[in-house]
Amino acid sequence: MKLGILINEGPYTHQASDTAYLFAKAAIEKGHKIHRVFFYHDGVYNSNRLIEPPTDDRHIVNRWQKLGKDHHIDLVVCVAAALRRGIKDENLQEGFRISGLGQLIESGIQSDRLVTFGD
Amino acid sequence: MSEATGGIDTEENTGGKVKKFLYVNRKAPYGTIYALESLEVVLIAAAFDQDVSLAFLDDGVYQVVKGQHTKPIDVKNFSPTYRALEGYDIEKLYVEKESMEARGLKEDDLIVPVKVVNAQEMADIMQSQDVIMSF
Repeated sequence: MKLGILINEGPYTHQASDTAYLFAKAAIEKGHKIHRVFFYHDGVYNSNRLIEPPTDDRHIVNRWQKLGKDHHIDLVVCVAAALRRGIKDENLQEGFRISGLGQLIESGIQSDRLVTFGD
Repeated sequence: MSEATGGIDTEENTGGKVKKFLYVNRKAPYGTIYALESLEVVLIAAAFDQDVSLAFLDDGVYQVVKGQHTKPIDVKNFSPTYRALEGYDIEKLYVEKESMEARGLKEDDLIVPVKVVNAQEMADIMQSQDVIMSF
């Protein structure tokens, strides 16, 4: 199945991004394809390359980056939500890209299921 | 193509496919940004010629209440935008009866024409969709 994912919460404060990540990994292991992860609302913070969690904790930003790279997942950060929250190209982690909400709608149209992770 | 649509040619990239999209609004209009940013998605979605519906449940019902005055909290009152949705061919707005009544609201208190449905009917509406985004 071709899946799209929408993440509406930032890292660490909420579990949404963690659950989405674990869901994506499990889906890939089962042979499904994640074609895009769209980061919206505070979810845009999941792309902030300045985030440095304690070394004994999971690195939410970097593991999305790795999953995206390993499985050719399009990691898209909403431009309007990002600008509102100070996420710009200069602090955007490599592997993510900033684009418009149309990418989310397109993901809904193109994928068999669009799964939302939020509050 | 435009920046707003993410550089997507709305015709070409959708292959003429029309899906049923439902945007579920569950949160109060102010206090958090969810309602405003949800509305931003709906407005962009209108450019894609999809079959769009909106649902208002729980505190989300407050998003479409008349007479919102936000000046004292220095936040933009975006409720008039719901009235503009008609111009984008977005006319299917559903309000859950139980949520509305639990908040002491009547259909007359709402800023736009809506269809009031009970929880079971709302469940049926959700069941009939292709894509549901909940904010």
